Amino acid sequence: MAPSGAAELARPRRSLAVRLLVSEYLVLALTAVYFVVMWLLVPAIATADTLLDILAAMMPLLVVSIGQTFVLIVAGIDLAAPSILAAASVVGASMMTGEGGFALFTGVPILVGIIAFLGMGLFIGLLNGICTTRLNMPPFIVTLSTMMFFSGFALFYTSALTDDGSSFGDLPSAFVAIGQGTVHGVPYSLGVAAVVMLVAHVTLSRTVFGQWLYAIGRNPRAAAISGVPVKRAVMWAFIISGLCGGVASILYTGRLETGTPVLGQRILLDIVGAAVIGGVSLFGGKGRVTWTLYGVLFLSVVDKGLQLLGLDLASVFAIKGLVILCAAVLDAVRHRLMLRG
Amino acid sequence: MDVNAAPFFTAQGLCKSFFGVQVLHDMAFSLRPGQVLGLVGENGSGKSTTMNIVGGVLPMDAGRMTIDGAEYRPRSPGEAEARGIAFIHQELNLFRNLSVAENLFIAGFPKLIKGLPFIDRAKVRARTQELLAAVDLDVAPNTPVSRLSQGERQLVEIAKALGANARIMIFDEPTTSLTTRETDRLFDIIGRLQRQGIAIIYISHILGDVMRLCDDIVVLRDGHLVGSAAKADMTIEKMITLMVGRTIDQMFPPRDPPVTLGGPVLEVRGLSQRGMVKDINLSLRAGEVLGISGLMGAGRSELARILFGMDPFESGEVSIGGTKVAALSPAACMDHGMAFLTEDRRAEGLMMEASIADNVALASLPKFGTTWARFIERTRLGDEVTRVSKAVQINARDLQRTLVKNLSGGNQQKAVIGKWLLHHPRVFILDEPTRGIDVGAKYEVYKIVNQLAAGGAGVLFISSEIEELTGMCDRILVMAHGEIRAEFPRTDFDREAILRAAMWHGLKESA
Repeated sequence: MAPSGAAELARPRRSLAVRLLVSEYLVLALTAVYFVVMWLLVPAIATADTLLDILAAMMPLLVVSIGQTFVLIVAGIDLAAPSILAAASVVGASMMTGEGGFALFTGVPILVGIIAFLGMGLFIGLLNGICTTRLNMPPFIVTLSTMMFFSGFALFYTSALTDDGSSFGDLPSAFVAIGQGTVHGVPYSLGVAAVVMLVAHVTLSRTVFGQWLYAIGRNPRAAAISGVPVKRAVMWAFIISGLCGGVASILYTGRLETGTPVLGQRILLDIVGAAVIGGVSLFGGKGRVTWTLYGVLFLSVVDKGLQLLGLDLASVFAIKGLVILCAAVLDAVRHRLMLRG
Repeated sequence: MDVNAAPFFTAQGLCKSFFGVQVLHDMAFSLRPGQVLGLVGENGSGKSTTMNIVGGVLPMDAGRMTIDGAEYRPRSPGEAEARGIAFIHQELNLFRNLSVAENLFIAGFPKLIKGLPFIDRAKVRARTQELLAAVDLDVAPNTPVSRLSQGERQLVEIAKALGANARIMIFDEPTTSLTTRETDRLFDIIGRLQRQGIAIIYISHILGDVMRLCDDIVVLRDGHLVGSAAKADMTIEKMITLMVGRTIDQMFPPRDPPVTLGGPVLEVRGLSQRGMVKDINLSLRAGEVLGISGLMGAGRSELARILFGMDPFESGEVSIGGTKVAALSPAACMDHGMAFLTEDRRAEGLMMEASIADNVALASLPKFGTTWARFIERTRLGDEVTRVSKAVQINARDLQRTLVKNLSGGNQQKAVIGKWLLHHPRVFILDEPTRGIDVGAKYEVYKIVNQLAAGGAGVLFISSEIEELTGMCDRILVMAHGEIRAEFPRTDFDREAILRAAMWHGLKESA
């Protein structure tokens, strides 16, 4: 019996390039390279304002992608995330504005509004969790249908309750501040996202629950036989994804100053894509909050760079697609290198 | 049948190893046209391996096969089929959603015009009727296979083999799911195939059937050919003696049977589940190693899975550690101190892509996370994982980094055992704990079992190898057809009697 540990030590030292390629910081390095290239083309990208703008803009995406990471780790997928953003946005906003204003009478409409945001996320996450674990439906189908249903619901809700039928405006300024305000130049949204990140990171890496999630993603049968409450844990993964969607929706809605049913319409691929680019596996069992952060950072910097180049929307989509494809190819190469290792 | 005809198929010196364990040594046999060759042996004796080599499913490591004097070395089942070898599987390989005719021609439909993808339906129909008539199966060609009985499906497989012009047909336990009438019909058809000059290889545990059908019989044990004779020179008694063989000494660590056993740690009363197990009663005491023997499909693993709460049961009661457990589930069983090593460690025992440490920790995580947010006490967990891994002698340099997929079978099994030892089991169910691991690792697993029993745990040891059970256990229960058929205390261990009890059904059929 050859201990495989010996083989590991005997491995020859690799070149810097190869070591970088297999490191978990690859995406971070790619971001830096892209940033430097853009800097040469449009120096404006390196100004403090732009950098802060990038940071503020990426926070909602970061929060919702962190939620997605929990579901991906148990080998699921939550396609409903964009609809959670939209449904929470309109329901939450309707509590606070003149048009809906259901919670104005309470005197604390912002608090009720925030609870409504989180409640919508919790509810949709719970529904996804129940369908996948109690009815044994595949997460892809479950979340695809809830995505359609709640996107439609958000549009219907908005057209039924607003005069122009398109959005809830006039949000209280105290609420808008959550998405836009800063303290000493640092956006509040950064603080919110940082707290979510820290809690998620500690949950995944340090708690029994986190280890259970990884075990379920790696081998659900072995996990069940080892006493892991598989169904309960998967249910919680979906609930967490829903709650993160609620929090992200608060940040987005505050940033845009309106509750809108088209919120997050185009970002489904960004949400899943950011996590996967960062290194989270679609097959489960592998992923970290920091990896998702790198992926989100990468996508956000790419977005901003293309924007600054002054390209039209069609070109931005095409180039972004290409960049993501390149990242995926690199990932495949690196996977092969790691297997060889 | 022409007894004097020359063999057209020969196999010599066939060898095969899996993960460094040789499972087939120098297997040799030959076939004449119209000959029925019986192949018998215990589970794991090498019958299936031999047939998988002949059928192109597995490549041979060494040896030579010829058909009509020409070299035969199939690289795929398709190639074996093209050379005239058909495998009638235990689990039949038909598409249930397709019709009989579609199943017969799935490999290549006759076309209306050569080169164009249009199926000649009329020809398919006519040829199907012809083939079905050859096996006496009276169903319409467009009947979906899902509507046929097990026996009828088997006849469709035979018709398919006839359609492919098979010269050798391999039957692997063909009668296990057939009624008596279907079995008689199958034997008639086999006789007819034989008269057409088709050679048959017949694998079965039902020795009476083997005696009735076969012209020659080959007996395998532990991958070795131990007997080969014409029917006239063979008896059922002789087959059993050959299958069991002699003792292999020093394979098992010395074990001093405890003078006094403790109280019962597992009690099962009247446990039944239709199609799985029937009226199981057993009692396992602290410090005891209780073996369960039986053939494949006798209900041993099914019993273990029910006991660990993975499958439901209809009636009966189970007490673990003196407490009656009404709702069995893995978590409930673990709470009462039960552990279960499944027979399939890759699919059910391990997270192959995770480290040894993660695997060993898996079942005991809640014990190391008792604070409000269930933060894991990583230092204490790491120390315990290291202690257990040392105790079971997992051979790897870095427990945190080495992935279990890179370990040998023996070390993987030790990781599963380590996972359960960390949980401090009082009842440990081991289902085929030494399957697919080398002799040295087997010895180490046996030592761990002995230590566990000496430490006061009760061990339920399920194995297909009778040698292993007689070497390790204080008592052996024999299961057949979901029931416990016999019980042997250590003083009465007799391999032949155990095998006879396991084959109870087969012997009854032959009487």
